[in-house]
Amino acid sequence: MSELLPISALQHYLFCPRQCALIHVEKVWVENRFTVEGRIMHRRVDSEQRGRRAGADQDLSVPLKSERLGLYGIADVVEMVPGPDGREIPYPVEYKRGSPKILDWDRVQLCAQAICLEEMLGLFVPEGAIFYGKPRRRDVVVFDDKLKLLVKETAMELHKMIAEARTPPPVKDKKCRSCSLAGECMPGLGNAKVESYLLSALKE
Amino acid sequence: MKKLLNTLYVTTQGSYLSKDGECIVVRSEDGSKKKFPVHVLDGVVCFGNVLCSPFLLGHCADSGLAVSFLTENGRFLAEVKGPQSGNVLLRREQYRRADDPVQTSAMARSFLIGKTVNSRTVLRRGLRDHGDRIDSGRLEKAALELDSYAKRLSSPLVLEEARGLEGRAANVYFNVFDELILKNDGEFTFTGRNRRPPLDKVNCLLSFVYTLLAHDVRSALEAAGLDPQVGFLHRDRPGRPGLALDVMEEFRSFMADRIVLTLINRGEVSSKGFSVKESGAVLMNDDTRRTVLQAWQKRKSDIVLHPYIKEKIPLGIAFHVQAKLLARCLRNDLDGYPPFFWK
Ligand code: SF4
Repeated sequence: MSELLPISALQHYLFCPRQCALIHVEKVWVENRFTVEGRIMHRRVDSEQRGRRAGADQDLSVPLKSERLGLYGIADVVEMVPGPDGREIPYPVEYKRGSPKILDWDRVQLCAQAICLEEMLGLFVPEGAIFYGKPRRRDVVVFDDKLKLLVKETAMELHKMIAEARTPPPVKDKKCRSCSLAGECMPGLGNAKVESYLLSALKE
Repeated sequence: MKKLLNTLYVTTQGSYLSKDGECIVVRSEDGSKKKFPVHVLDGVVCFGNVLCSPFLLGHCADSGLAVSFLTENGRFLAEVKGPQSGNVLLRREQYRRADDPVQTSAMARSFLIGKTVNSRTVLRRGLRDHGDRIDSGRLEKAALELDSYAKRLSSPLVLEEARGLEGRAANVYFNVFDELILKNDGEFTFTGRNRRPPLDKVNCLLSFVYTLLAHDVRSALEAAGLDPQVGFLHRDRPGRPGLALDVMEEFRSFMADRIVLTLINRGEVSSKGFSVKESGAVLMNDDTRRTVLQAWQKRKSDIVLHPYIKEKIPLGIAFHVQAKLLARCLRNDLDGYPPFFWK
């Protein structure tokens, strides 16, 4: 793969390919309440989490990369836990503002981190966890074949779109309301025939 | 939909702008201070001798806020902004189309149809609102002529023909423009467009509002990833924002011209607010400039129904909508450029 892309792009892609292209092809980035809160939350992870879980060694803000996926990123927290053979294996933990999502985005992102860890360390990483800010709760994620396949497929589609430097047209949808780029994307601009629009203005 | 944010216009000479946390602090020479949070602004425009600290410039660039420097009379000097914008692929497509005579003429004709129809609407509004106080025969005739020019612009033409029609339409419009100045005490008379320098008060006001319009359109184009320099109707000339001038065309009459008319007709500007130079050039003083800037800001918050996207938006957002529509047209998501028609 030509270019390493940030792991977070997977999440953008699954949320909306256009959003992903606006961010990663066109480099539009708009900070809103959600992204600011997300950043603050991560800062808190950095300052508060160290050594919080007794018994587990923690490493914070761990740089990751996978050549196979063509992705790089940073894991919030990687804990070292005893594996079945007694040897320590990495256990990635991701911190999310907000509540658990019904969709796969968060799990895909975490699983991509696990694939990076596997590739970098030559180890098998069977599971990890996502910590949600509200309710304050940890969800365990098992990296099964289905999830790994979804990660690989998404990474491939993502790379294809970025290589073609293609920005898909907007799809006006419910999710646009929670999209941080709606102001840039303007999904409601419409696509009525311009020719007839011009002619009708001339008739008035 | 994008939010309408305020533009901070700094006109007080000798002001110093610096950063204080998330705020811009404007300090005047007399020591007075004012603070503005960055997140409620969409740009900072400095007129004349205004200084900015490098930290403030950096902070604005990080927040996606451009800081522009203009002369006191509104001539664009320079702009400082962050690296985000610039979609090279979209720009390439813009250049490709600008090199193609057929595509160029189609784009140019869209801009001009927008301009001509909107000028006509301004005349008709004048007739409707003040038909009893003005020579309505003259205005009606002019409105009809503009109508016929708009229709002719909608048929396939080469660029030069379209330009010729636009020149004639502009003449028709400015020939009757003085009818819309209702204060007939001789303070404000208009006998035709002149600029660089403007030779009467009306032209002085028009030129200044046009530079504000050009500035805002230019920023909207840049925000949409387009190159404001490479136009269709206005061909490349170094230093000239050709595309910004193109997109301005549809906005001139109902935004800029009507602001000037309202300021004059309501007596919000007066003869005393101007000075005449040795050369005959007419300049406005600080108070007049502030009055115009306020009127411009206020006009941008007026809500209008966009006839193409069929949504109610503040006029200030219309610049951004037009820039996005233009980008969509270049991406082939639309079959042409739909100008904004003012109703
Ligand atoms: S506004 Fe809607 S279509 Fe546009 S990027 Fe966001 S989610 Fe995608």
